[in-house]
Amino acid sequence: MYVAVKGGERAIDNAHAFLAEDRRGDPQVAELSVAQIREQLRLAVNRVMAEGSLFDPDLAALAIKQARGDLIEAVFLIRAYRTTLPRLGASNPVDTAQMAVVRRVSATFKDLPGGQVLGPTFDYTHRLLDFKLAADGQVPPAPTAPVSAEKVPHVTEFLNRDGLIEAEPQSDAVPPDLTREPMELPTSRALRLQAITRGDEGFILSMAYSTQRGYGRTHAFVGELRIGAVAVEMDIPELGFSVEIGEIELSECETVNQFKGSKTEPPQFTRGYGLVFGQSERKAIAMSLVDRALRWKELGEDNIGAPAQDEEFVLMHADNIQATGFLEHIKLPHYVDFQAELELVRRLRADAATMQEAAK
Amino acid sequence: MTDQAYNFAYLDEQTKRMIRRAILKGIAVPGYQVPFASREMPMPYGWGTGGVQVTAACLVPEDCLKVIDQGADDTTNAVSIRKFFQRTAGVAVTEATADASVIQTRHRIPELPLREGQILVYQVPIPEPLRFLEPRETETRKMHSLEEYGLMHVKLYEDIARHGQIATSYAYPVKVEGRYVMDPSPIPKFDNPKLSGSAALQLFGAGREQRIYAVPPYTSVVSLDFEDHPFVAGKAPHDCDLCGATDSYLDEVIVDDAGGRMFVCSDTDFCRGRKDAGHIGRLGVQTDGGA
Amino acid sequence: MEMTNVSVDGRTKPAGPLLSVRDLGKRYGTRIGCANVSFDLWPGEVLGIVGESGSGKSTLLSCLAGHLEPDRGQVVFDTRNGPRDTITMSEPERRKLGRTDWAFVHQNPRDGLRMGVTAGGNVGERLMAVGARHYGDIRAQALDWLGRVEIAAERIDDRPSAFSGGMQQRLQIARNLVTGPRLVFMDEPTGGLDVSVQARLLDLLRGLVREMGLSAIIVTHDLAVVRLLADRLMVMKGGHVVEQGLTDQVLDDPQHA
Repeated sequence: MYVAVKGGERAIDNAHAFLAEDRRGDPQVAELSVAQIREQLRLAVNRVMAEGSLFDPDLAALAIKQARGDLIEAVFLIRAYRTTLPRLGASNPVDTAQMAVVRRVSATFKDLPGGQVLGPTFDYTHRLLDFKLAADGQVPPAPTAPVSAEKVPHVTEFLNRDGLIEAEPQSDAVPPDLTREPMELPTSRALRLQAITRGDEGFILSMAYSTQRGYGRTHAFVGELRIGAVAVEMDIPELGFSVEIGEIELSECETVNQFKGSKTEPPQFTRGYGLVFGQSERKAIAMSLVDRALRWKELGEDNIGAPAQDEEFVLMHADNIQATGFLEHIKLPHYVDFQAELELVRRLRADAATMQEAAK
Repeated sequence: MTDQAYNFAYLDEQTKRMIRRAILKGIAVPGYQVPFASREMPMPYGWGTGGVQVTAACLVPEDCLKVIDQGADDTTNAVSIRKFFQRTAGVAVTEATADASVIQTRHRIPELPLREGQILVYQVPIPEPLRFLEPRETETRKMHSLEEYGLMHVKLYEDIARHGQIATSYAYPVKVEGRYVMDPSPIPKFDNPKLSGSAALQLFGAGREQRIYAVPPYTSVVSLDFEDHPFVAGKAPHDCDLCGATDSYLDEVIVDDAGGRMFVCSDTDFCRGRKDAGHIGRLGVQTDGGA
Repeated sequence: MEMTNVSVDGRTKPAGPLLSVRDLGKRYGTRIGCANVSFDLWPGEVLGIVGESGSGKSTLLSCLAGHLEPDRGQVVFDTRNGPRDTITMSEPERRKLGRTDWAFVHQNPRDGLRMGVTAGGNVGERLMAVGARHYGDIRAQALDWLGRVEIAAERIDDRPSAFSGGMQQRLQIARNLVTGPRLVFMDEPTGGLDVSVQARLLDLLRGLVREMGLSAIIVTHDLAVVRLLADRLMVMKGGHVVEQGLTDQVLDDPQHA
């Protein structure tokens, strides 16, 4: 006879225990340390920090370990942790012109002050599986160069000097905080950039790719991509000056895009901008393309109905934590609603049968 | 990190204040969707994060909390949310509707009429009743502000034209206090009449969509319909096989692979209460001497 | 036509124009969309706007109907509460006009119909938008209007995607006229149709205009359309009105051939 669906609590506890055991895997194999993940899966750590909106490599590595390598789950752990942290204050804007670059490339100029610096990149590797890594991960130290005192100015600054690129409007307005105020549409560019930088890398990549294939084409050149460390400074009111409180790694991409000119402005290049935590250059480039595509209205361009031009579409669907939660919630019980549908279908079928009977 | 590291009911007081402001605004404008800065909760979006945030903002240490999913206290998600608040707020919990001061629910309204002082918190997946007719948020907000609700009736018209009746069985749209059209969350339309004139405060939280809305006590809530096709609250044409209730919403349970099935109250507390009072259904077991 | 109105309190007042347009202009960058357009439309009058493609006639219509924001000028409509400039009126008011006193027939019926909603639902939407809540009445009115635009009653529960182009256009007209709008904008209403289908639609439109005493502004490049429907004509070129007058005069003695 009918057995009520009891024991939910015990089932949950047991599932958690099973999960913990499965996460550990074969106990004969040495356990991963958080430091190993932090050092050797650094790009995964970077992605979790970027989409988790929290720069803390140790916590991100821990989240990856706890999430069994499921990066979206790891991002979720970081977000849920981040949201409870007290806000002690806001830093000053970081100055990426002062970045200590490990990588800096421009696709628009062959050579430029500060030089082209390849840095640690996959770009020119041959994608051949390296079976040596399976046996032994020892590598000889890479050659080094002396630290250069040369300044590394932004490429767009050269264009800006000649008026060839749109001036970035300067503002000291406090940007809105996506995590503290509800997003209301239409938004500002500052808020859009916040949403995109923490958006899902795959989604932003696909949106950017769609603009390259003609759905909102913006003719982007990578004016500059730079990766490196910047100082984070904070004003301390008691001291009356700002102090450096730490250093974070960032990837920054500025695109230079074609522009035909508008009612009030002569033709000049326009900008797309991407800034992401850690070494996350794919995301930074994609972000700058999507940013540029979303600026169509402000630049007086036509809306051709491309998905990447649609602010509401992009911003409402970029967040993988929202997306995965809603997607997965459909496995929760829905039997009350299903029962209502069942009754409706039965009633409609009965009505149809009655009508058929009457028609005979 | 220990549980002591978190504030009472998990959320920090600043966040609670922000949510309470949204709730108050929602109460002041019944049925209006108030945007709020939904926080990431330690449970996935779509699993009740909106309801949990509203509950967290309402709870005080003296509260007694009941959590139901599909009308039942023992479904896994209800268990999980109840445990969360036991752990982070340490409040008393109950399965008895009458004893609870705050009830968080997914998909049902308890059968027992609620009383003054109680708060019913609904988990809402998609707060926008116009969403599946018009996907753009910017457009639907405009339609609400201008009371442009013709499209809602087009949907109902289409139902009747195709099926001879309004074929919406849950999340049935309502108009609140003659102004805002509201999604009552995916409750079966059987529950819609209980929305109107309730003595309890009804709060709706949609975490992912960042919206809170409210139906204050004794507010008129009307299910949309046509004059010649009035709203009908429906349920399975059976009595509860355990407690014999004739007027409660029923779950259908498949009991064998030969088409055998039974119908039982979806509200487990209501069913237990009736059985304890000596009522017995077709397949019920006597709990006392009477029949 | 007698130009008087009887107001609610029984006093007569001299009737003004239904629509009064002054110095309307719209630019796209350095290019002129339309410029210096002024005219009056009187109740019961049908105004045709003709010109080659690119002459600015569609831009003008979009500005008049509130779909496009002009750079300058006024579009004063004689609302139920007196004359109001629809350019400066709030969006809620303008949208309300759009679903009550105004109607807009698009060249492409797909732009003016809900393709996923049945013919009956399409016609009924405007009724429901202004408060109709009786299914039987709504359906009866939809049937009546389907008949008036020569769509068979048994097609009422079909979706427009199953209709021919001519039927879709007739359905769009029915959907727009069902609430008895005081001003109808039409953008190339016979544009995408075969010649034989055009003739039938024109005939139908002429009947409706006469029967309902419609006030309308019709944009077209088809002179047959204006000859049949329009009392007055405006000829546009390069964004400017280069000629206007009574239809027969303009057509029979054109100054800008």
